[in-house]
Amino acid sequence: MDSLISGLAKAFSLILHLNPELLGIIFLSLKVSGLALVMATLLGLPMGAVLGLLRFPGRSASVSLMNTLMGLPPVVVGLIVYLLLSRRGPLGFMGLLYSPSAMILAQTILAFPIVASLCHSAIVNIDPIIRQAATTLGATPGQVTVAIIREARYGIMSAVIAAFGRVMAEVGAILIVGGNIAGYTRVMTTTIALETDKGNFELALALGIILLSISFVINALLHSIQRKGAITTA
Amino acid sequence: MKLTVSHIVKAYQARTILRDCSFSFDKAITYVLMGTNGSGKSTFLRICALLEKQDSGVIAYTSGDALLQQDMELKRRITLVLPRIGVFNTTVFKNVAYGLKIRAVERKAVEERVRRTIAFVGLEKRRDQNALTLSSGETQRLGIARALVLEPEILFLDEPTASVDQENTEIIESIIGAMKKDGGTAVIMTTHDREQAERLADRLLVLKHGRIEDMPLT
Repeated sequence: MDSLISGLAKAFSLILHLNPELLGIIFLSLKVSGLALVMATLLGLPMGAVLGLLRFPGRSASVSLMNTLMGLPPVVVGLIVYLLLSRRGPLGFMGLLYSPSAMILAQTILAFPIVASLCHSAIVNIDPIIRQAATTLGATPGQVTVAIIREARYGIMSAVIAAFGRVMAEVGAILIVGGNIAGYTRVMTTTIALETDKGNFELALALGIILLSISFVINALLHSIQRKGAITTA
Repeated sequence: MKLTVSHIVKAYQARTILRDCSFSFDKAITYVLMGTNGSGKSTFLRICALLEKQDSGVIAYTSGDALLQQDMELKRRITLVLPRIGVFNTTVFKNVAYGLKIRAVERKAVEERVRRTIAFVGLEKRRDQNALTLSSGETQRLGIARALVLEPEILFLDEPTASVDQENTEIIESIIGAMKKDGGTAVIMTTHDREQAERLADRLLVLKHGRIEDMPLT
């Protein structure tokens, strides 16, 4: 109990004094997860839209696949990306293993099915009357698609935020492909794992507090968006 | 612009809804089409508005002697208001402005036309309110406003007062009445209400056994 209390006290001191090591780790975490989220959204939103708006053979199987991939174990993703990027792997020539790029790739793979699947749900749940409304007002097929996606915006934002929450809290995949190199690939979650192993709880707790705070902000945002969507569609 | 429908046939699976519909609709006249439930009134309007294909027969839009191509340009000169209005999750103003924005109308003109139209249908106090919070009668007026702001040459209204109260029915009838006075737009509407049809129609039509027949006004 004493070590927890003294650890918390030192952790707050690190946060309040804006410890440079701490700031570097936070910045890298946000950069890796942020870029992974951008990539996942750029790929996942069109995928969700295609699955939600078009009818084609294999659509149902694709939706099931996306839903299944939402539960991808991070260590499995880490292993696959590791095998792809390792020197003997098909992408080994790129020399990306143990770099932030490898971590971004792994997190993109984890976030993509979440964005795609939840965007698909958001789009498919839009009342078909919206499509008819846009059409009767003279919208081209492209403009109809934009109108439907715009109607699904709250669900889409929720999808993106949920994916961000997942990648920010993720440790298995980035530990495998990033290697937890100090000042280069060490992010919040991997640092917590490492420092806990070393018995150095101050930095681990400080990062834990920040991670929890970020998680809280993400959830508050998600709740606010969902509430806004619910109020306006009530 | 004039609409001529010739020998329209439409069937859903084994059931033939429209057997041999032929009629000629002139500009600036209000036509009211009556018929029992399931007689094919909505199908007929959807086919005329080019939202659905007929099995056989011809839909011809003409301007003078010229037959118009059934392309996006023509589709933007006619508008159908459905019985259930698909409301966009945004303000009344933006809902009404939607059709103008997708036509890339200049912002100032959009402002002016939307303001005028919202006032015309009596929704000026609701302008900045989310359209999803409107009552059913107001929603119906919003649907009409979204169509009117586009200044269509032919306006199709499918049961515009079917799900609204007496007060809103009167408002909607007065809107249609004002449009008649305005004189530019041909209105083709459906209704179940014979008295309403008598009040609004320049020409009364009935869809019976899949065919359109003229009905005398009393």
